[in-house]
Amino acid sequence: MAEKATSTAPIEQRAAAVEMVLRRHDMLPDGFVDDFTEHADDAWVTANGAQMVARAWTDPAFRARMLADGTGAARDMGFEFPEHHRHLVVLENTPDVHNVIVCTLCSCTAYTIIGAAPGWYKDLDYRARVVRQSRTVLGEMGLDLPASTEIRVWDTTADTRYMVLPLQPPATEGWPVDKLAAIVTQDALIGAARLDVTKG
Amino acid sequence: MDSLHDLGGKQGFGRVNYPDAPHEETWEPLVRALTAAGIRNHVFNMDEWRHAIERMAPKHYLTAPYFERHLTAVATLLVEKGLVTREALQAMVEGGFPLAGPIGPGRLAAPPQDFAIGDRVRVKNEYVPGHVRMPGYIRGKTGVVVGVTPPYPFPDAAAHNMQATMEPTYDVRFRSRDLWPDSCDDALNHVGVFQSYLEKVAED
Repeated sequence: MAEKATSTAPIEQRAAAVEMVLRRHDMLPDGFVDDFTEHADDAWVTANGAQMVARAWTDPAFRARMLADGTGAARDMGFEFPEHHRHLVVLENTPDVHNVIVCTLCSCTAYTIIGAAPGWYKDLDYRARVVRQSRTVLGEMGLDLPASTEIRVWDTTADTRYMVLPLQPPATEGWPVDKLAAIVTQDALIGAARLDVTKG
Repeated sequence: MDSLHDLGGKQGFGRVNYPDAPHEETWEPLVRALTAAGIRNHVFNMDEWRHAIERMAPKHYLTAPYFERHLTAVATLLVEKGLVTREALQAMVEGGFPLAGPIGPGRLAAPPQDFAIGDRVRVKNEYVPGHVRMPGYIRGKTGVVVGVTPPYPFPDAAAHNMQATMEPTYDVRFRSRDLWPDSCDDALNHVGVFQSYLEKVAED
């Protein structure tokens, strides 16, 4: 006998059911969801990576340390990692090399350092295409790189996490660190954009 | 497993939906916290969770929003770990509660090998029924080791609750034209490859 097709239960109901199961097993203390959400929203933000970048632009010793040991450099600045993010690698953009990050198998990101992954990063189209059509995809996203620029695509397949160190826009030479940090976007930390303060 | 989560290099996809449209779903932070609670209470580890997402029916995987995939994985693992029966979970909602498909066999790490920066390596031509973190687009392909990481638990074992030996991954650099000859943009593709997935290429 053919099973009668049932429509899928609303996602809110399914989430509430899983929440109830975890509560019954004392695995979800009162306040956990709110506390976890508040901590994630407050502590795991793009401003962390932006501060690291701004400091690297202004402090050559820190830049060298960050490129050699991204995890240590992030911890020095008070930033944290979940247990399974064991190694942060910082990828230095130069006029001749542009780095871009993806996770083709899921959507892994250094979320405590660059913030929760944006929607486009989790998009199936991005995951499928950027490894194979990097220049085309970046162009479609508004980033036209010179033909001479070598593109390096980094697939986050293991527990190594990546962050791009963007090029400092020439117009910002001499700016104080806080002002520099404010221009660093999440898209630039992933490598989908270059920073330009001259555009409106 | 060779399922549709392994998207790298697949053709027929369209323009990336960029930039993001403003988007707020109240259930999403709840799902994020439910995953965290499952991990912190050692109900499952990250690899088991990732593999549960991969085991979703392809049609469901491709159409479910990102956090629905997470929720489906957590619900599946709660059933598989015996915290709730499928029937009890189903009875808590009005409508279907799709879960991921059954888990296949896992595998242990290969005997240790030693690769050095500069070595030419080949990704083994393996077809793995369980969890694996080798994207299909590098299978059987040759690249150069340009970096080494500290050891991580071997995911093919960890996702199946087997003894997960710690082993390094190698940052292997491939040329895009070696991966997709005559049908790609020129680039260097870097992939973090577990030691067990690699074999040395004999020097000429």
